[in-house]
Amino acid sequence: MSPEIAWLILRATGQTLHMVAVAAAVGSLVGVPLGVFLATSGKEELFAAPMTNRILGAIVNATRSTPFIILVVAIIPFTRLVAGTSIGTNAAIVPLTIATIPFVARLVESAIREVDPGLIETARAMGASPLQVVWKVLLAEARPGITLALTLTVVSLIGYSAMVGAVGGGGLGDLGIRYGYQRFMPDVMLAVVVVLIVLVQAIQSIGDRLARHFDKRIRPR
Amino acid sequence: MNMAPRNAAPDTLHLEPVGLLQNPSGVPTDLVRLEGVSKVFPASKASAAVAALDGIDLSAAAGSITAIIGRSGAGKSTLIRLINGLEKPTTGRVMVGSTDVAALAETGLRDIRRSIGMIFQHFNLLSSRTVFDNVALPLEIAGTRRADIAKRVTPLLDLVGLADKRDRYPSELSGGQKQRVGIARALATRPALLLSDEATSALDPETTQSVLDLLKRINRELGLTILLITHEMEVVKRIADHVAVIDKGRIVERGSAFEIFSAPRHETTKVLLSGVPGMQIPDYVAARLTHEPSPASQTVMRVVFTGPHATDPVLSRLTGELGLELNILGGAVDEIAGEPFGTLLVSFPADAARLALMRSFLGQRGLKTEVLGYVA
Repeated sequence: MSPEIAWLILRATGQTLHMVAVAAAVGSLVGVPLGVFLATSGKEELFAAPMTNRILGAIVNATRSTPFIILVVAIIPFTRLVAGTSIGTNAAIVPLTIATIPFVARLVESAIREVDPGLIETARAMGASPLQVVWKVLLAEARPGITLALTLTVVSLIGYSAMVGAVGGGGLGDLGIRYGYQRFMPDVMLAVVVVLIVLVQAIQSIGDRLARHFDKRIRPR
Repeated sequence: MNMAPRNAAPDTLHLEPVGLLQNPSGVPTDLVRLEGVSKVFPASKASAAVAALDGIDLSAAAGSITAIIGRSGAGKSTLIRLINGLEKPTTGRVMVGSTDVAALAETGLRDIRRSIGMIFQHFNLLSSRTVFDNVALPLEIAGTRRADIAKRVTPLLDLVGLADKRDRYPSELSGGQKQRVGIARALATRPALLLSDEATSALDPETTQSVLDLLKRINRELGLTILLITHEMEVVKRIADHVAVIDKGRIVERGSAFEIFSAPRHETTKVLLSGVPGMQIPDYVAARLTHEPSPASQTVMRVVFTGPHATDPVLSRLTGELGLELNILGGAVDEIAGEPFGTLLVSFPADAARLALMRSFLGQRGLKTEVLGYVA
């Protein structure tokens, strides 16, 4: 493999990490609170707002059911508004983030719903405010589940990021398509796939280990 | 209302509840008083409207242990949740101290909840927190400073005997230890009132005893008022001063624990008592029991030994002085609310003269008798 190709792979890896990191960070920043709200705003729940809950739920479902590649092109005007351009790595981050938010929200929602409702009642009986319940009980108790949810999000984002080559986003997936497939360079394809596998393995095992560290439900010994 | 100071200067083992209950006169007062309380759960798609509680009048004297006993579905859980405002009554007043909890808005409720501790059947400890941090939780919620929290939690862990488990997680504890953590946590904010929601129902009999002993000790040493709900007569017998029996959302019988045990009146109470040793009729007798005497049948009588004569050798006098021959069918001697209490199930030939003799002899000695029926 020529040094030029190696450089291309290195650069593409950097682009992928850049896109995934920003999209995961911003997507979680919005997605986690949204997930908490979805899990606590149903009828007779902590922040009971059934109507808002239903509307947000519908928006989340709509976003999640739109194929990612269609989302990428459909929101180009919005992308241009946010990133100033509709092509390139920075532009690609916008649809990636938009797709991440509902994904994270649903996963976090289910992690929060796993928390024993008895604990919410217990905290309320202590005089906790709804925000204290979220902070000290729900997020604390759901931490292993949320860690796994975010791990899954990052892994999925790596997959999604392969599609943003369509808007000149670059990254490993794009490299694989253009060089490995269109230029028929199987060694590049192989290298790309190997790098992706290593990335995903690393992220998954870090996430698993963190989740296990947070999870005090099973006996440590 | 006089609330406990949130950030009171910590003291090493000063556990007396402050605030909420200030009773300088020393006259016993009711800390909790329910007046005409009803709770109707409105009809939903799945079910028709349910009247969970119906016209409840109930009070718990300051410093007492009051037990509310009933079968599952009787409305106990709803009742206890009214007291810290986790449920709102449909009608009626729920007085805690001088505050009507039912009339409080959310922020007022938060304040009063910090002076009411609660323990639960399934302990409800946070799995993500150590023993120490679980006990610290109500203090964190109340905004106590970190340094003061440690000074408060440590003596509480000593009190419940878990000082060596402070850095353990709940998953590493036994059921009894978990409930002790729950009790320490409930005491963290120095409440005047402790609500116990079936706190021993998930524990084995031995652990139940030790947890009940701890509650009794806290009641005695800290003057904490305890209101508990249970379906176990054993719990009532062991620690309650006063008892209210609840059935289908109504209080059907109330009195001192001793009265309830020695002279149950309502059918539900009798059913609940039937599991207690000495109160049940042995199967071989129960199967043959009839309401009417027949020729050569025997009268089955329960004699309840209470009061000053509970420990008298009544039986030997009965046979010696009256020449009555008795069959002993069953019995037990026990202690209820600190008083000796015995029951004896006897049978003797059924005739009016013997029955009258028995009644007058035992009645003179202040013992209660009850004819349960006749066996051939």
